[in-house]
Amino acid sequence: MNDDLRDLYQEVILDHGRNPRNFRHPENATCAAHGDNPLCGDQLTVYMTVDENGIVIDAAFEGRGCAISVASASLMTELVRGKSEADVRRLFESFHLLATGDEGEMPEDMSDELERLSVLSGVREFPMRVKCATLAWHTMKAALAGSEKVTTE
Amino acid sequence: MSSTLEPSEARPPTSTPYDVDRIRADFPILSREVYGRPLVFLDSAASAQKPRAVIQAESSVYENDYANVHRGVHFLSEHATARFEGARENVQRFINAAHPHEIVFTRNATEAINLVAASYGRSMLSEGDEVIISELEHHSNIVPWQFLRDERGIVLKIAPISDDGELLMREFENLLTARTKLVAISHMSNVLGTILPAREIVTKAHAVGAKVLFDGCQAVTHLPVDVRALDCDFYVFSGHKLYGPSGIGVLYGKEALLDAMPPYQGGGEMISRVTFEKSTWAPLPHKFEAGTPAIAQAIAFGSAIEYVSALGLDNIAEHERDVLTYATQRLSAIKGLKIFGTAPGKASVLSFTMDGVHPHDIATVVDRAGVAIRAGHHCALPLMDRMGVPATARASFALYNSRSEVDALGEALEQVQGIFGT
Repeated sequence: MNDDLRDLYQEVILDHGRNPRNFRHPENATCAAHGDNPLCGDQLTVYMTVDENGIVIDAAFEGRGCAISVASASLMTELVRGKSEADVRRLFESFHLLATGDEGEMPEDMSDELERLSVLSGVREFPMRVKCATLAWHTMKAALAGSEKVTTE
Repeated sequence: MSSTLEPSEARPPTSTPYDVDRIRADFPILSREVYGRPLVFLDSAASAQKPRAVIQAESSVYENDYANVHRGVHFLSEHATARFEGARENVQRFINAAHPHEIVFTRNATEAINLVAASYGRSMLSEGDEVIISELEHHSNIVPWQFLRDERGIVLKIAPISDDGELLMREFENLLTARTKLVAISHMSNVLGTILPAREIVTKAHAVGAKVLFDGCQAVTHLPVDVRALDCDFYVFSGHKLYGPSGIGVLYGKEALLDAMPPYQGGGEMISRVTFEKSTWAPLPHKFEAGTPAIAQAIAFGSAIEYVSALGLDNIAEHERDVLTYATQRLSAIKGLKIFGTAPGKASVLSFTMDGVHPHDIATVVDRAGVAIRAGHHCALPLMDRMGVPATARASFALYNSRSEVDALGEALEQVQGIFGT
């Protein structure tokens, strides 16, 4: 198989794509947003539960999409739990750099999280698929910012 | 037109027997590689590749005959105008229109539909009048009518299709009323490959006094179209899907209808006389062709029509039917693969899904094997909803595709299964 494809569809991606974690609608979510990629019809809703101290105590999602977008959403919901909103935003920025291949400083205190997310760095070789990997993240950011809708177009 | 104006490269290709290897040699891009693999281009329903005759016709305009059309009295302007109007006559003959001035050049089919919606729709339709479209329409034959609905209060009715992708004729007939003014419908589905019963649709629509517009973007590339035999009122299609350049499309309309319609856009070329108080319109077709048109593209489009006509649409259709039949068998043998669009007599597109794999992942994997297919909603979201899927993968077959390319697709799809463990 083509090396780029092997990098893109790593076992972790396939596993999260097939069996997404936190694939549910929590009743007590404090904010949510709907993400839409009109180009491919992928849609998902991200639910965030933030406590009074600004800590994300739960993150979940529902929707439909390709293996990349579902796996990215699944990994995201695992990694943001327990973090402050400010740290979640920093993680968003770092993930964005990782997915697009742009230069930028990666925060050392999040090296574990970024290592887990590095399975998604294969999308760099597939420019049309970067939006798939980042859809859930943009949606989460919109939810935290109080928006209800986000589109990748 | 003198023979010196003919592009010398526009030699007729061999017609019998259908020699796909020879035909492929006419398309320079088909010999390139992608990712180190021979290109297998199965996305012609989105836009087709161009034969050398078309590429050379376009460059020959710029090299030999370029000037603005219908304006100058000088040599080049006359030559450019003659070639431009020659292309219009090619289109006229291609669809057997009665007059060249029934052919209006537009940017694409989308613009042609918008022209009809804006000009015919605004001037002839009023609140409560009905326009019928179908469930399998491309967005370009939905949204312009929604504009008209929101602006004029017309009623938009949707004719349903069967699970196989056929228009349900009884339901269609039941939608027709004395208030139905227009049926705007695909001649062939870009997703399901269904060829709609065009003649029957016209007969039923005319029986209640409704006009008929066909979106012929897909149909003109796969079957002979005769607008007078169909007796349709409007027929639209684009150049780029018919092996011509992008930026050029066609609106055919019956002379009496076009004559009665007001202009679509105002500007140069479309006027007869202008004063600051009042302007009067040029005769057909120029009334609808404001501004400098896509000159070289129209001329090269004429060459594309010559190319396709020399091969013969019946021959093309027969070849494509063979490839489609072979592909349907080959893909049906893949476990978990489901084909959408199984209407009898369907043409040359094959939409499908695979269990447990999103169409975008399918397209990405087969792309790396050099196979270009489309994945997504194909600009037909209501049809996706009707079929209960967010998206499909689609392979479409053109006059230059071969059985061995179907094999390449089949092998690439088996690789998809390998990766996703389905």
